[in-house]
Amino acid sequence: MEQILANGVYLGSQYAMIALGLTLIFALMNVLNFAHGQMYVIGGFVTYTFYGQWGVPFVLALVMSCVTLAILGALIEKFLFAPVIKGSAREESTMLLAAGIAFFLDAVILLVFGEKQRGVPKIVDGVFNWDFRIIMPYDRILICLLAILSIVAFIGLMQYTKTGRALRALAQDRTAAQLMGVNVDRYSMIGFALGAMLAGLVGGLLVTITGVNLGMGGPTSIKAFMMVMIGGAGVISGAIWGGIILGFMEAIGLALLYQYGDITYLLIFVSLMIFLAIRPQGLMGKPWG
Amino acid sequence: MQRRSFVKTAMAAVAVTAIGATAAVAENPVLKIGFVGVTSGPAAAWGISNQRSMETRAAWINETGGYTIGDTTYDIEIVSFDDQKDPKRAIAGMEKMAQEGIHYVVGPNVDDGAAAVRPVAESNGIMYFPYAFPKSLYEAPASNAVLGMVANYQSGPAIYKYLMAEEGVKTVAFVAANESDPLSQRDGGVEAAKALGLEVVSDNVTYQVDTTDFTPVLTPVMRARPDLLVLSGVSPANAPQLIRSARELGYEGVISTETAQDAGVLAEGAGDLANGFISVGGASTPELASPAMNEFVQRYTDMFGEYNDESNTKVYALEYILETLKADPAAITDVDAFQATMDTFEAPNPFMNGDAKLRYVGMTSFGQKRQVAVPLVVNVYQNGTFETLFVAEVD
Repeated sequence: MEQILANGVYLGSQYAMIALGLTLIFALMNVLNFAHGQMYVIGGFVTYTFYGQWGVPFVLALVMSCVTLAILGALIEKFLFAPVIKGSAREESTMLLAAGIAFFLDAVILLVFGEKQRGVPKIVDGVFNWDFRIIMPYDRILICLLAILSIVAFIGLMQYTKTGRALRALAQDRTAAQLMGVNVDRYSMIGFALGAMLAGLVGGLLVTITGVNLGMGGPTSIKAFMMVMIGGAGVISGAIWGGIILGFMEAIGLALLYQYGDITYLLIFVSLMIFLAIRPQGLMGKPWG
Repeated sequence: MQRRSFVKTAMAAVAVTAIGATAAVAENPVLKIGFVGVTSGPAAAWGISNQRSMETRAAWINETGGYTIGDTTYDIEIVSFDDQKDPKRAIAGMEKMAQEGIHYVVGPNVDDGAAAVRPVAESNGIMYFPYAFPKSLYEAPASNAVLGMVANYQSGPAIYKYLMAEEGVKTVAFVAANESDPLSQRDGGVEAAKALGLEVVSDNVTYQVDTTDFTPVLTPVMRARPDLLVLSGVSPANAPQLIRSARELGYEGVISTETAQDAGVLAEGAGDLANGFISVGGASTPELASPAMNEFVQRYTDMFGEYNDESNTKVYALEYILETLKADPAAITDVDAFQATMDTFEAPNPFMNGDAKLRYVGMTSFGQKRQVAVPLVVNVYQNGTFETLFVAEVD
């Protein structure tokens, strides 16, 4: 049981990080960013290149992932999403654009980083072993702590800074925020950059554990969407809860149901369908959006 | 992006395009060979190593004046189609090959794709070389598929026998991804292990193909404390993570797979934890690789920035096609002639030292010669490179 809890906390923290950026972008712009997984992959590859290949200290490589993705996110918002949102009232326009960006980024990743699985040296050696009741490598513990710290820092930024207040205002009511003097265009770009940066950050963190490869983008996006749907689309706390719930469901399912084959995700999807049928707005979302 | 720079890759792409472009204006007629396989998505590494092996060999042949079959010297052009690991796309790819008048195709890479293209290939006179293991593809009445590698039901028993004798292995556990190829390989492995007298202590743990953290997956397997952990049909992307998780969970037994792996990927993903990992490879270990193999590796590296050890096996299919056509030039447009030639075909294996031969095998497994005689080279990973554990022959 202790091992299940430890695995659940670890998986939940990394999943929550992945979902945060996605839900932030949705909250600010009503955009389902299908390219979120690809941004996560690019973040992993940037850290791989700086830390794994060029020997740059890990923290600096992580910063480079964040900066790269923030710039990429800002450019995507300014030159792609912003014009489409202004020019089309149809929501599917941004969905198609996001899907197109995902395919494009996949192609770029293949061209620049190749088809192989990549990994980096461990940032911490050794394994924590509590009498075989909990076995957890130290690097996973460290990454879990860093993920939790990042989530706390993000919440702090959103709650206590001028930028955070502007972003929250934008998420609550775009028109009202504009009337109150919030520069909507500027903060939309900042918000998208922040969401992309979170994808880059978690990609950079997790490349030390899971490695990274070209094909991770799509499945990562799907998982992120599941977490957001569980927690409630566009709600920060919902994304965190969604991540934690999915992490624990996965840990419990893999530990207790393995003898029945790979039915963990089958049950998770069934549970999600039933849950959404009862509560379509998710745990923390509001029925009116 | 390590040695592979964007510029280098772009130059390689331009070079490949240029080869195709110049082929049209070269003096030699062009012989088109197809490739239908997965070159995008999570399994891209499998197909890309195929495609790049073919493109490297074709560029090499063209650079040295072409390939003579009968009285004609041809430039070789590789026509590729990404099936995205989707059987419907694989059918579309094979239909494209038929429309282009291509009679010889390498791929597809996976079981369902290989099965899906069979009617198209047989009705359009196309011989194809899949990397898929279902016996029905190669047993009569099937006629046009030729297994391009060693199947798990051929390599698995050889590895288990070796480990039973040399390492005293008595118990085994199997872990597989939850999709058709790995699951069928797991079932074949379980059957073979039981037939050899091994005790199978775990064979029902599976994982989603997109799993990135295998610690929760492997925790129940580790409780069974097997002497041997078999990663059935494991992809190169998942192998390092599985090995790493198993070792970090305290597993000290032997880990093996029947699929080809890449030493660089293992080194990056698992480091020293991958030492002792057993996999099936081709002919690139120093004691086996011929000068031609070494040149192939060098040319591949020059062309694409980085070699892929999976190509040690995948270098063979194009060579088999061309050498068989050379043995019977009428087969260029007549696959019946090709099939007749397969029964007696034999040529020197340019990629291995010694007197190894290219020939078709498969009588034992399929009742007809529908498999290339790729050497069954079982490797063990040690400190960043593969070392040859033993070499065996299929059939």
